[in-house]
Amino acid sequence: MEAIGQLVVILGTIGVVMVTVLLHVAYLTYLERKVLGWMQDRMGPMEVGYHGLLQPLADGLKLFMKEDIIPSGANKIIFSLAPILSLIPALIGFAVVPWGDGQLTIPLPWIGDVTFRPFVTDLNIGILYVLALSSVGAYGVLLGGWASNSKYSLLGGLRSAAQVISYELALGMSLVGVLLMAGSLSLVKIAQAQAGGFWHWYAFALPFPQIVALVLYGIAAVAETNRLPFDLPEAESELVAGFFTEYSGMRFAFFFLAEYANMILVSCIATIVFLGGWHAPFPFLDFVPGIIWFLLKVYVFLFGFFWIRATLPRLRYDQLMTFGWKVMIPLVLANIVITSIAQYFWMN
Amino acid sequence: MNHVPTPTTKRSSTDEFGVIEHVPDANDGDAAVLRTEELLLNMGPQHPSTHGVLRVVLDLEGERILKATPHLGYLHRGTEKLAEGKTYQQIVTLTDRLDYVCAMTNNFAYVRAVEKLLGVQVPPRAEYVRTIVAELQRISGHLFWLGTQALDIGAMTVFFYTFREREILIELFEKLCGARLTYSYYKVGGVSDDLTPDIIAALRAFLKAFPDKIIEYNTLLETNRIWLARTKGVAVISAEDAVSYSLTGPTLRGSGVNYDVRKAEPYAAYADVEWDVPLGKNGDTYDRYYIRLEEIRQSARIVSQCLDKLPEGPVSIDVPGITFPAKERVMVDMESLIHHFKMACEGIRPPKGEIYCATEAPKGELGFYINSDGGNHPYRLKIRSPSFVHLGAFDHMARGYLIADIVTIFGTYDVVMGECDR
Repeated sequence: MEAIGQLVVILGTIGVVMVTVLLHVAYLTYLERKVLGWMQDRMGPMEVGYHGLLQPLADGLKLFMKEDIIPSGANKIIFSLAPILSLIPALIGFAVVPWGDGQLTIPLPWIGDVTFRPFVTDLNIGILYVLALSSVGAYGVLLGGWASNSKYSLLGGLRSAAQVISYELALGMSLVGVLLMAGSLSLVKIAQAQAGGFWHWYAFALPFPQIVALVLYGIAAVAETNRLPFDLPEAESELVAGFFTEYSGMRFAFFFLAEYANMILVSCIATIVFLGGWHAPFPFLDFVPGIIWFLLKVYVFLFGFFWIRATLPRLRYDQLMTFGWKVMIPLVLANIVITSIAQYFWMN
Repeated sequence: MNHVPTPTTKRSSTDEFGVIEHVPDANDGDAAVLRTEELLLNMGPQHPSTHGVLRVVLDLEGERILKATPHLGYLHRGTEKLAEGKTYQQIVTLTDRLDYVCAMTNNFAYVRAVEKLLGVQVPPRAEYVRTIVAELQRISGHLFWLGTQALDIGAMTVFFYTFREREILIELFEKLCGARLTYSYYKVGGVSDDLTPDIIAALRAFLKAFPDKIIEYNTLLETNRIWLARTKGVAVISAEDAVSYSLTGPTLRGSGVNYDVRKAEPYAAYADVEWDVPLGKNGDTYDRYYIRLEEIRQSARIVSQCLDKLPEGPVSIDVPGITFPAKERVMVDMESLIHHFKMACEGIRPPKGEIYCATEAPKGELGFYINSDGGNHPYRLKIRSPSFVHLGAFDHMARGYLIADIVTIFGTYDVVMGECDR
């Protein structure tokens, strides 16, 4: 009975995480439009609800009602699967994201003890799991572009394949410094190791603050999520809409949701790995619940995404590659080397 | 579908753009050779960044452009043919629809040609008002260009900032002549409305605030490394090539050729004010960007000098047979009523002859050729539109660059299809 009770709790946690993430995704689109609006001297959505607050619902409803078009000559099976292949890895990545500490065990009559935890699971290879999933997500983009039977989509898909391979290296390796210092791949353990004020966060912690790695991670994360200035797979002024040119209705919405879910996911990882997860910046602020600190840091990152989008033009394909291989990779490698040396002497 | 080059193809030659041609190795025999061919990509006429309905067929090697063929005519409305059946003052409204981004420049170019044919001189105040309005049009046209060029390259915020200032100007034009885009403000013999004191006050306020706005756009672009990387060394055209392709306007001056109709054959009030012609060095997209921004500054300079020197007097000549009589007189005066009736049904009858008159439009030299047989409508009207001529150099400028650069090149011409297809 205890196992069944625990199973119910885990399923419940998964449900809560999914609903929360999807709600955040929906309102992230609203927030992005509002933030861009403020930066660009305009209002953003204002019509649906108070200050446009119901706009995400209206958009979702509209996309849901739209005709679902599969272009002639498209590979129907892959065309239909690609959006799902894109969205699901983005969502199941949240399984290893912890948003708080501790656990709550409640003894229930008949059933036994059930334990509530602030994460779905604590995987001992949590970071690897997230990185692996983000690679799988790229298949959705690639296959969607390939299956559409459109040259714009194909070019978008090709660009995305090249971009994801180049920047995933930098993304993964920028985390290695923290792994060396934490000695664990589990996101929960990494976050727990950063308790006790912002000087313990890995971005600022001794022996070698990972602030450079954080910046590199941020850049690679922007590229991973196909956002400006690295939104080449969907560069609207060149490739119409890139890999999802031929998509409409819910399938289009899936790609859209996947992009925003990925944004939240990479922000969560950055928060946990570099910025201490749910820990307060100063010990005397510990009375504020951890989830608030966690969300605050995540939203600082997300705001950075919007800010970059409002400010920067788009890179060209060859410049993107040059930047990825000749700037990002050497820097992350240098960071790993220096961190290793610093950590070696620190340990002794 | 593009076939992947296989080991059976070898690098044989590299043309001047570094484009590698794949030539099958003769020793392998035909069966072993996988065919490689270019990817043919049709861009437009429906595409987010072709500035209207331009269609370009691209031969691609991967993302590199081997050949770019512009296809025109999707916005052809037969302006030149229509003009043959219209009286001279009716044609003014047709010219509004050429370069609809800055419509008054077309009005100006056209009425100048007709006035030259008639041999009339407009009053000094009209010359100044014409200069002011033409330069404001240049500012609003260049603001439009800056916003769309930045948007094409991915910097979306600049677009909203430039349109904010363009909106101020458009509202001024609306106050001036009642229309926001298709103004028909210039007429043969002068302009339709005078600058009122409150428009002048609004204009001065705009000119005062405007330099800061230009700095604001520049903070987003001029020192931005991505912007520099996307514009420097892209779509380079040498001075000789630019001249031989008949490029004009900022596109020509970007290559360092000092030719501006306003300086070469000064008209209106351009000879009375001080201003400079900015010139580029490298003939790349960045130089053309720099020149257009500098032209915005120079235009503002011209406008403020013209406002200072603005003479008093009428803004239109009053010559029977060329201009309509004042409406107040038509209501009370029999002769004026007859005159009005004759003008409306007969129009202007210029002498027999032909004329070509060029005006410096924001996009380049806009010329009107009018062949008159002495009747009340032109026997033939030919428009030399800069956008059309510029597209002739499109292939030359696009070869060897990447797809992403195509949109930069569209933007750097400042092409408007209404003017291109006529």
